[in-house]
This record gives sequence, C-alpha cells and structure tokens, in this order.
Amino acid sequence: MGQKKTALITLSVNGQTHEVAAAQHHTLCEVLRYQLDLTGTKQGCDKGDCGACTVLVDGAPVLSCLTMACAVDGEVTTIEGLSQGGTLDPVQDAFDACGALQCGFCQPGMMLSARALLDEKPAPSIDEIRDALSGNLCRCTGYTKILEAVLLAAAGGEDAQAAYDRMRRHALATTAFPAEPRGGGLRIIDTTSEGGAA
Amino acid sequence: MSKSDALPLQDKTAFFPSGNTFADAAQRRQEGDHGIGVRRRKIDGADKATGRTKYADDLRFPGMLHAKLKRSIKAHARLVDVDVSAALAIPGVFAIITGKDLPEKYGIIPWTKDETALAVDDVKYVGDAIAAVAAVDEETANAAVKAIKVTYEDLPAVLDTDTAKTTGDTPETKVNPFAKRGNITKGVKLAFGDVDENLKACADGGAVVDEDFTFQGTTHAPIEPHCAIGLFDERKHLTVYTATQTPHYVHRDLAAVLDLPESHVRVIQPPVGGGFGGKSEPFTLEFVVGKLAMITGRPVKLLYTREEVFYAHRGRHPMKMHYTVGADKTGRLRAVKSDIDIDGGAYASFGMITAYYAGQLLTGPVAFDSYAFNATRYYTNKPACGPKRGHGSVQPRFAFEIALDMIAAQLKMDPIELRKRNFAGQDVTLINGQHMNSSGLLQCLDAVKNASGWDERYGKMPRGRGLGIACSMYISGTNYPIYPNEMPQSGVQVKLDRSGRVTIFSGASDIGQGPGSALAVIAMEELGVEMGDIQVVLSDSDLTPVDLGAYSSRVTLMMGHAALEACRTLREKLQSAVAAAWECTPDDVLLGHGQAWHREDTGKRMSSREAFVLAEGRFGTLGATGGYRTQERGGDYRGGTIGASPAYSATAHIAEVQVDEATGRIDIQKIWVAHDCGKALNPIIVEGQIEGSTYMGAAEVSLENMLYGPHAPLGATPGPEHTRAGMLMGPSLLDYRIPTTLDTPAIEALIVEQADRNGPYGLKEAGEGPLHSSIPAVANAVYDAVGVRLTHLPFTPATVRAALKAQAASTGTSNTNTNTNNTNIKAAE
Repeated sequence: MGQKKTALITLSVNGQTHEVAAAQHHTLCEVLRYQLDLTGTKQGCDKGDCGACTVLVDGAPVLSCLTMACAVDGEVTTIEGLSQGGTLDPVQDAFDACGALQCGFCQPGMMLSARALLDEKPAPSIDEIRDALSGNLCRCTGYTKILEAVLLAAAGGEDAQAAYDRMRRHALATTAFPAEPRGGGLRIIDTTSEGGAA
Repeated sequence: MSKSDALPLQDKTAFFPSGNTFADAAQRRQEGDHGIGVRRRKIDGADKATGRTKYADDLRFPGMLHAKLKRSIKAHARLVDVDVSAALAIPGVFAIITGKDLPEKYGIIPWTKDETALAVDDVKYVGDAIAAVAAVDEETANAAVKAIKVTYEDLPAVLDTDTAKTTGDTPETKVNPFAKRGNITKGVKLAFGDVDENLKACADGGAVVDEDFTFQGTTHAPIEPHCAIGLFDERKHLTVYTATQTPHYVHRDLAAVLDLPESHVRVIQPPVGGGFGGKSEPFTLEFVVGKLAMITGRPVKLLYTREEVFYAHRGRHPMKMHYTVGADKTGRLRAVKSDIDIDGGAYASFGMITAYYAGQLLTGPVAFDSYAFNATRYYTNKPACGPKRGHGSVQPRFAFEIALDMIAAQLKMDPIELRKRNFAGQDVTLINGQHMNSSGLLQCLDAVKNASGWDERYGKMPRGRGLGIACSMYISGTNYPIYPNEMPQSGVQVKLDRSGRVTIFSGASDIGQGPGSALAVIAMEELGVEMGDIQVVLSDSDLTPVDLGAYSSRVTLMMGHAALEACRTLREKLQSAVAAAWECTPDDVLLGHGQAWHREDTGKRMSSREAFVLAEGRFGTLGATGGYRTQERGGDYRGGTIGASPAYSATAHIAEVQVDEATGRIDIQKIWVAHDCGKALNPIIVEGQIEGSTYMGAAEVSLENMLYGPHAPLGATPGPEHTRAGMLMGPSLLDYRIPTTLDTPAIEALIVEQADRNGPYGLKEAGEGPLHSSIPAVANAVYDAVGVRLTHLPFTPATVRAALKAQAASTGTSNTNTNTNNTNIKAAE
C-alpha cells in the first residue's frame, strides 16, 4: 500500500537496542513478533481484551497490541528476556513446577504480569495476585495452578519443585494458606477436616 | 485419595501383560519415584515457560503471503454476484478465490458432508466465508477484502429451533439443503424398558419431576486464534501447518477438496494454544491456504481474528429440554424420559453424534430402570455448533442432576444418598447396552462430601448460603473411528539406540493436555530411562504414525495403549540382552532410574545406555511400533455404538454459593471436585484438567452466552430492531465474558483412582468429565441457599431476582432468614 508512512524507530528490548523501520500505525506487538522475531509475545485478540500480548515497559505491564511501536519510550522486556543465561526466572520455574502451563499460549503475558507484581511486591497476598493477573485471560487452568505458581515464586530463592512438593505435603496435614472468604480470596489448597470455607 | 493399590487384582494381568511389573515397580520405588504416578514437570514445560514454543502463527516462511476472508453480513441470503475485479486490481494482491474454486463438500462426519470452504450459492449465517484474498501483507489483503462487492438476495433467517421446526419445506426457508426433512440435521428416538409402566410405580409415595430446562449456547474461546499456513512445491506436494485438534481428518479432507493424492499432503500440527473442541474438524482456513498456495506457488498464512474465531464457533449447542424423572418411595429411579430440541447452527459438524450423545451418555453412573429419549438437532442460520468439552452430554446432565435434587427434596432424602442408592455399579451393562467396567462414583461422592463438610453444613447454613451436589460420567474415547476402518486408531513408534536416547513418534495432538509428557512417563516406566533422555515427536503426517486426534477424551487411553505395546517389545529386548550378559533370566532384570539392575544381586548394575548398546548388538537396529485397535462395543441396535467407550470416568462436584438477594448475583465461593481417572500418570496434569474443566463449567452458569440479534417473525416486515438479525452480539473477549482470576471460584481437585481393565495402567479420561456436574452443582446450591429452583441457564442476576420475587409472591412472605421454607419455584424465563 503506497500511503503507508514508515519511520525509523529505536527500541530497547531485553537489553539490546534495535533500529526498526516500522509503519507508524504498527503496534509494539507486531514489531516484536514480525520484525524482531520475538514470537514469545502472543496475539490473542488484538484489541486489549485478553492480555496475551503483555510485555513490560520499564518494569510495568503494558498491552503491546494497544501500544504503538513508535510511542514506546523505555526498556521493553519480553518473555525471551525474562530468563537470563539459560536459567529460568523464578516465575517461569514456578509456573513449570506447578503445572501452570497447559497450552501455554496465555502464559508469557501472565508470567510477565506476575514478574511485575513481584518486583513491586515481593510477598503479595492471594487477593493482590488475583488483582494483578486479572487482565490476563487463561482458558485452560482455571487459574488455580497459576496462583499457586506465583505464591511459590514469591517464596523465592529455593528449588521450585522442592518447595512445591513441600507445599503439597503440608497441605495434606494442615491448612497451607490462611482461609479467607472469597471476594475475599481463595484457599489455594484446602483441608477437609474443618469443612471448608464457611 | 485412593491409592494405586486399589487396583482390582483380578485385572492385574490386563494392566501388566508381561507379568512382573508390580514387583518391578514396588522394588524400583524403594529407590525413589520413577515413571508413572509421580508429580513432575511436563516434558515441554521449559519451552513453554520461555516462550520458545512455536505455535502456528509464530512460523514464517520466505515469500509468505497473507490471506484474509470476505465474510457474509447476512444471516441467510442467496449470492447473486461476487465481484472481485476491483480487489484484484489492488497492487500487492496475488490471488482471490470464491466458492466456485472450492466446490467440493466436506464435513467431519462422513455421512453429513454439508459445507464448502467458501459459500457457493448462498450464505447461511453472519460471518459465513464468501471469498479469500492472498496478498503481500495483511493490510493489503484487508483492503482487497473491502473492495470485493457482494450482491445478496435476502432469504428468511431461521434463528431458533421453534422456527426451524415449522420451516425448511421451501428452498427459501431451508437453512442447509443437506437436510432431507425440514430443517432437521438428525433426529434420534430411542427407548429402553417401559417408561409409562415404571412411572406408575412412582405414584405411591414416590416422586416424579416433570420440568423444562434450557441450556444456552457457549463457545470455547481458546486464547490462540485459529491459524494455518500452506506451502506447495514443484513436486506438487502440499504442506499445511495448522492449529487443529484433528490433523488426520484435516489431512483426508484437504486431499479430497483440493483433489490431491493423500500421499502428496503433509499436515503438521504445531502445539495448539487451546482447543476444547473448537479446533476439532477441518475449517475454511485450511482449504483456503492450501488452494491459495497452489495457485500462487508462495507460502500463504491465514490467521483468524478474534471475531472470526467466534464465527468458526462449533461450540456448545443450545438445548431446550423437557425431562420426566420418577423415583419410587425408596428412592429407586424408575423412569427417565426426555424431549430435547438442539439448536445446531448452519452446518452439521458433529451434530449427528450430538443428537445421540444427548441421550446415550446419561445412562450412568446413576442408573434407572427405564429410559426414553427423543432428541432432534435443527439447522439454524447461526455459526455452527459442535463439540465443546463434554460434547452433547453437559446439557442433559445439567437437567438430570437438577431433577435428582428435586426428587431428593420431595422424598426428604439426602441428595448424596439418593445418588449412592442408584449407583449403576461396576462391570455392568447400562440400560442402553453399553458396558461400564469401572466407576469410582462412590469414592468421588465421599471425597467431596468429606472435603466440603456436607453433613455439618448442607441445609443448615443461613439463608443466602448453600451447598449443592451433582455427579456425572464421561467416555474415555469414543469407541469407533469417525470413518469406519480396520486400522489402529492410534499408532506409536519408538526408536532407541546406542546413544542412550529414546525417541517416540506419535500422531497425537498436543492441545495443552500434554500427550508428549504422557508418552515420556510411559517410556520411563517401561524402559527405565530418565526423562532427560527422551525426545517426543508429535503430529507430523510425514514423520509420525496416525492418531485420530484430540477429541472425545481418547488420546491418553488409545495412544497410551500404543506406546505401551511398543515400549514393552523393546523392554523385552533390553531385559534379554542384559540377562544374556549377566547369565540370568530376563525377569531378573529390572529397569528404572536410567539403569538396569539385577532383582537380587544388587551389585549387578549398568546404565540404560549400556543396556541399549547390548541390545543393539544382540538384536540389531532397535525400534518398535504399537497400535490401539478398535474392539467391538455397544448396544446391538441402530445408534447403540454411539456413546460406547472402552472406559467411563466418574465425577462428583459440590459447589458452595452465596446468593445476594438484593442484586440477584450468585457468587460461587468454592467448588470441590473429585474425579475418577483410573490412574493418574502425572497427578499435576490430571489436577490441571480437573480444575480447568470445573472452571469452564462454572463459567457457563452465569457469565457466558452466545447472543444473537433478533429477527422478525417469518412473513413480517423487519423493523429497526431487526437490523442485526442473526448477528452475534459482541464477538470479542470483552463482550463474551470468560472468567478472569477475579471471577473464578476456588477449586479443590481430588483425584480418585478406580482402575479400569481397558485403560493402560487402568487409566481413564480426565479432560472432559469434570466439567459436567459443576453446573448443576451450582444450581442445586442456589436451591439450598435461597430455595429457588433455577432451571434455565444462564443464571443472570435478573433471572435470580425474578425467581426470588416469584418465591416471595407464592409464599406470601418476604425473604426471611431461614432455610426451612424451600419450595420448588421455577425461575421465570
């Protein structure tokens, strides 16, 4: 199309600076996926409803499908930039360990939202996690294992599988997390002895 | 929950044909967990965690063109003219095709091939595809789509089953010309036993429920939109990458529609970003990218927009149901009778099966003495419905489980007790002639009962708060392939060599449920290798044996059998090669933890790699195949094989709700769900399936609804309110409300393992069964909370408020803070 206006823009992504010739109306999502080949950023709806395209700009989650590439002013972190030197970020490790990854399509955005939350608040409550992830739709998991994974990542600094196993074992004997009425919150793993969350 | 030692001993050889695996496993596990039954990471977990996994839209090829579709703005119209000349003149447009270029009919069910890739003579719903453009980029393709001029001649739109019943006798009101009679896709009428006679037995102190139920239409909404890429080469070989659950059926239909030999078609299914039944048949895009690649000689990609995903649909059928259910005074269920109208949309899809499933899948795990059902699927001018998770049986289960709750209330019997009394049992032939070997229903009921504090809390909480129970079963694979044939339904090839590496080739489709991980743990269990030494290759028709697809919860059972057969062949070779070196019997050689060792002489050990070297030296190149073959099952009558399955799972849900009487909002606080999956190969994955199913069911209670613009009555002049007739209202993830983290209840998944002799290691399905009873459990909890009986989904705040008003009017009192004046009051529609 002849009327396209293209501009040379400079993007800093995962610590690397790129000069990209992008049409002015191209979104950050399109430039990341189709020009920089960073396809870990997903497009689920292209209109800001699903959150699959979430990336971090200066540490804050943004919807890359609603962000013009030419308007980005800051350091962009995509899922490819979350792991460093072949080592998974604790969030990624916990998502894997907890079985939070089913089809995995929504998860790059979900994990980046979780990363942003934990950077700001290293020990969030269940409600804070629910709030922080409420813009990221997942259709596979029912969110249960995602919430577990974020709690686990928040525990931090230890082997995720071991921590997760201990959490499960603990849950069999006692209440793993304080019971809160929902709306309210979630009891991640409940015990049977007290008859639920009445 | 129940342990693997609950395996019925008489079936032991069926699970472990080669005899000594129980001993192997017991001894091996003394050294730590290895193989099946262990909580472990998925084999592709790190790929998904890092964003490395390549889904269909993540693939790009040199010179690739982008395709877009022109779609109908009319619900029903004759295509007078499709003028593509202006569009073709746009620079950057390479090709445009219309229905005339792809006239061959196709359809997932061989007997109902009733759709074409692009509309030929008429359009049947708003969103029906008319033409396809291939252009240098998406923007150019979109501009060309806009420039295509379509001239329509309006036809009357049929948008609901009541209208469909009275139309279709003229060409103008026929939605799909494939319908032989009226607008009917398929009618099924079956009866087992004498319902009327049995109902008489319910008169004396028994209970009879005679009630209408409605289930709305809902859709899958996977987060990954459909996407396909076609490549065509000089050898006239077509390759199609596609986000599908059924690559094999896509393969067959691509060859038929594009007139290519099947041997010249290669279908590759990259990991799919969610399916739930929404990608389980051929769609327009696969044919279009194939045809456009053949015309242009360039790779062609077509990615659906989110809006187009809604038009592709194949979601849950809306059903209007009438049920008569009778129990005698002891609570024994004597009779069940149903009349069901199924709203099918414009194409048959799996609809013939849907009509059968609506009746056939209700006959367990709760049994009854007589049964008659009458289910009819109608064509309507809307996106076609199809198989959404729990295909065909979620809607009847909703109605039936509420009816059971009503009977329990009438008989003043605990609803869990009512279900237990009517448990079909194990190793039983159900009333429709289908055989259920195993069912963990009783354990499931006890598990959720104990976990939820049922006895202390049911019927005893303050008004507004309630608990509800419901249960269900589901098939572990439909018994027969979709097209009749004698070949295996699932094939697996296993290769191993001197490097110590095991490579498993399977045509199974990964839609997130993890068949690669299942194959890997089976190889671990059988060959004793570590996960790190296993590579899985899935779903590439050039490389992998055929598997029929990820539908009807068939994969783990059928693929598992195939993998077991292949692995056991190789295990015997490994054991005998090592035994020859140690001068012992093969049975004395145990495999596990990346090693082989002697059963008694624990000083004798070697690595798996050394064992592979011995075996390759002794037997030559190491490879083996396995296959799952169909066995005859089902009732001996027309339709008696539909619903037949090697094994049936069981599920029980208890939901806890808080009903806000001022706003009518139902807040689902928590759902306890126990599911009998026979044997969990990896409990984390099974829990994930149970949680995801339960969530998806809960979402259908009040949030999700496929709403269409209303049409004028037939013959009447359309008014301004009918300008959107047949148009899907809000085809987006904002308007079609799938739950966020804030809308999803707490879910506690409990695994029950009642092994089935027809499943590998006794396993059964886990991916669909645990959806069914979550919905009636919520309905029954609302009754416990406020005493109103909601039977018409979705339970919107307005519906709840209307029911509460009717309750207040009929009891003559305002809502009081007691839970004793429950009455059966049906919600206003």
